Amino acid sequence: MSTESTTNLTKKDFKSNQDVRWCPGCGDYAILNAVQGAMAKLGKKREDVVFVSGIGCSSRFPYYMETYGFHSIHGRAPAIASGVKIANPKLDVWVITGDGDAMSIGGNHFIHALRRRINLKILMFNNRIYGLTKGQYSPTSELGKVTKSTPMGSLDTPFNPIHLALAAKASFVGRSVDMMGSHLEDVIMKAAAHEGSAYIEIFQNCNIFNDGAWKHITDRTVRDDMLIDLRHGEKLIFGKDHDKAIVLDGFDPKVVNVADVDEKDIPVWDVEANSTFAYLLAGNPEGKLPTPIGVFRDVKRPAFDVGVHDQIARARQKYGEGDLEQLLYAGDLWEVK
Amino acid sequence: MESDNKAARPVETLKQAIIRFAGDSGDGMQITGSQFTNTSAVFGNDLATFPDYPAEIRAPAGTIPGVSGFQVRFSSFDIHTPGDRPDVLVAMNPAALKVNIKDLKPNGIVIVNTDNFGKQDLVKAKYEVNPLEDSTLDGFRVVRVPLNMLTKETLKDSGLDPKVVMRCKNFFALGIVYWLFQRPMETTVDYLNLEFGKNKKRPEIAEANIAAMKAGYNFADISGLFQVSYEVPRAKLTPGTYRNIQGNMAVGLGLLAASKLCGLPLFLGSYPITPASDILHQLSAYKNHGVITFQAEDEIAAICASIGASYAGNFAVTTTSGPGMALKSEALNLAIMTELPLVVVNVQRGGPSTGLPTKTEQSDLLQMMFGRNGDSPVPIIAASTSSDAFDCAIEASRLALKYMTPVILLTDGYIANGAEPWRLPKISDLPKIEVRQLESKDKEWYQPYLRDQHTLARPWAIPGTDLLQHRIGGLEKEDVTGNVSYDPANHQRMTNLRHEKVAGIAKDLPPFQLVQGQKGDQILVLGWGSTRGAITAAVESLREEGKSVAQAHLRYINPFSPALKEVLESFEHVLIPEMNMGQLAFLIQGKFAMKVHSYTKVTGLPFTTNEVIDKVHEILG
Ligand code: SF4
Repeated sequence: MSTESTTNLTKKDFKSNQDVRWCPGCGDYAILNAVQGAMAKLGKKREDVVFVSGIGCSSRFPYYMETYGFHSIHGRAPAIASGVKIANPKLDVWVITGDGDAMSIGGNHFIHALRRRINLKILMFNNRIYGLTKGQYSPTSELGKVTKSTPMGSLDTPFNPIHLALAAKASFVGRSVDMMGSHLEDVIMKAAAHEGSAYIEIFQNCNIFNDGAWKHITDRTVRDDMLIDLRHGEKLIFGKDHDKAIVLDGFDPKVVNVADVDEKDIPVWDVEANSTFAYLLAGNPEGKLPTPIGVFRDVKRPAFDVGVHDQIARARQKYGEGDLEQLLYAGDLWEVK
Repeated sequence: MESDNKAARPVETLKQAIIRFAGDSGDGMQITGSQFTNTSAVFGNDLATFPDYPAEIRAPAGTIPGVSGFQVRFSSFDIHTPGDRPDVLVAMNPAALKVNIKDLKPNGIVIVNTDNFGKQDLVKAKYEVNPLEDSTLDGFRVVRVPLNMLTKETLKDSGLDPKVVMRCKNFFALGIVYWLFQRPMETTVDYLNLEFGKNKKRPEIAEANIAAMKAGYNFADISGLFQVSYEVPRAKLTPGTYRNIQGNMAVGLGLLAASKLCGLPLFLGSYPITPASDILHQLSAYKNHGVITFQAEDEIAAICASIGASYAGNFAVTTTSGPGMALKSEALNLAIMTELPLVVVNVQRGGPSTGLPTKTEQSDLLQMMFGRNGDSPVPIIAASTSSDAFDCAIEASRLALKYMTPVILLTDGYIANGAEPWRLPKISDLPKIEVRQLESKDKEWYQPYLRDQHTLARPWAIPGTDLLQHRIGGLEKEDVTGNVSYDPANHQRMTNLRHEKVAGIAKDLPPFQLVQGQKGDQILVLGWGSTRGAITAAVESLREEGKSVAQAHLRYINPFSPALKEVLESFEHVLIPEMNMGQLAFLIQGKFAMKVHSYTKVTGLPFTTNEVIDKVHEILG
């Protein structure tokens, strides 16, 4: 598999000759940069990588990668990518999508790609707005959001994308932030190493239509206290001075001072554990908790595309290579002389 | 009972016979009819069948909506349709009698299961008076058989559950009909042993059905139910090896053949839908041929996965019916824009909306032609019989791969489920399909939209090939480079190129031939799709009458054969019978600015031969 191959390619080798056309200041630039960096570090061969996208600002992404790319139709990228991956499991198939593309028009394909555990890496740029169509609220916009299509505020409850991915049984669920380059690159590399359906939600800033959507938690000045990085095998400790922790009080996660609790009562994060804890953390009901980023879940399950070819190999073993003539000349035959 | 052996009774020879088996959905009429069909096929008759299913969801037992029918016509000469009116009707209950008796020929034989004509049964079929006791059946030869009782009696020592015993009564009835037409029973015995004995590991069920069938045969023989029995001699078919084939099965085999002929793995993305699902089931069983089937979450994902597989270098197909086609139209346009090979099979059914899922119709033609945004030409091929669907599937695949385009293959419910004898092709006679997927060394000249001079196809470079990395998508492409382009002149040029590429396929079609008659005849009956049998039989009969009638049947609907216009113009009248509101007629009139007679029918049932004959008489006056 190509994930094991090493090449001497650099980040630059993954840049295509196309001019990048997002609005100046858009968070997409940083994500592109992190993905290109990850590709080089992973030692990917460019010809073995396919980026498939839907429609939206983020979906322009494949044009800027010097790999194979398919800019498809709204919401359908996971379905197209599924076909690519099943047809040729040796390829590394990545889906680039946005909150409107994946959670709204493509919601069905999104959940089915995840539960089916096709070996796809789905990167969802979540800017909580429709950018390409110039500023309507999206399925991740907060309740009451005032936009062009909701002048008096939106009336619908947003999706929690991590909840959706966990419930759909994605075997890898991660989250990162456009401006946190090395963190993002790290989560991408972990997803790349995962065998199965991987989903990464990326907080992305649309500086034109929804500027500052994530600023209250991701800004350099507050992020240490507002975010907690979920790292496998490490305790749930956060804060600029590493002085705060999350502990479980029954079914309620709550924040405590490290100094106030017994060290052994602070849970150690386990990406392979039952996803209930991940679900509770991602919920963050009243904003009482820091927002988790990092890896929520990373469990081994057999990948669908591998299973498909496995069945073909088994059928060939059992019945021999299929013969067309035998198949045609079958059933009740009769001769006319 | 007096022994009155069969040799004592006369055997009458017939050129053909039509039998309709009718009963409740639970009575096994489809199996019974198929068995009679296979036996007759193996015997050497020409034949045609028409299974008429009720809606998918089982109606209450014994009611009129629950009636299931299977008509088989078998003959000693070449036939084209399952026939209009049966000679023999097997009616397992009053509802089946009520639905079908109006079609039975005068003096036809009706075999009724008298055990199912109780008070309740009559109420369910909405009969106020028992039709066995009033004048309903006057003018027919009525054969009364207490099927339940006789089957019970036959299997009383089998030790089987009474419910299971009752499920054997269709084979008792089949035995009676086998005697009536002097058919051997081996084919059915073998089938039962294989299906129940070997596959389902229920040899006791196989034995019970065989016993019931043989008892039925003997009962007909010794009871003197019939004054005569009949024989229908073998037909003189073209020499070769034959099997029976249904259209869905033929499509599946044709697609598999195409995959072998082009040397690429077959990928089918599909979503269950009546009446196309059989193709998905069939291809799912061909794993040892390297076939990949993917049951997607919806119709859209089904075609999208196929497009993805095509992009990755597989020979990709998606199968569906009308409502599914509606959902696939946006993605079909993506395949048109990205110029990827894809075969789209639409097994048409009655519409609009959910319509009549189990009934046949040809009403998706204009949807296939025009049902997408933008100017988006797509080649369309229509199969005309069950066995023709095999050749059409290969042809659709050839065009898709050669021209780098999606191609629509149209069949319909009638072709999908109807069976006919198929003279099997020699594998070595099947046309090779040339495909070229580029290699790294093609880097020298490669551009994603640099077209072949002759076919205007763009080159196929698949992921995994070093140095040919490129990006495609649904946005308008710049000519040659394939870069995104909003340039007005380029859009005009690319629209023209997409149009010319599909129109250019016309040069690649076999020469246009009339099925019967010649140019200059007074009237041409022009058809497409599954109306072929009825039209052929009608034109044959009209020509025997001495009428100046010709017949043409279209396989290629987009593009039309280049000769078509001139051929059509050589006739004083052109009659187009179709199972829709006049869609081919609309296309012909629009394209050639000529007047035609449109003859339409949308009852969910195919044309009868007589309907077409009458229409021609009416026009010729
Ligand atoms: S509209 Fe927003 S998301 Fe789209 S490119 Fe501009 S800044 Fe980025």
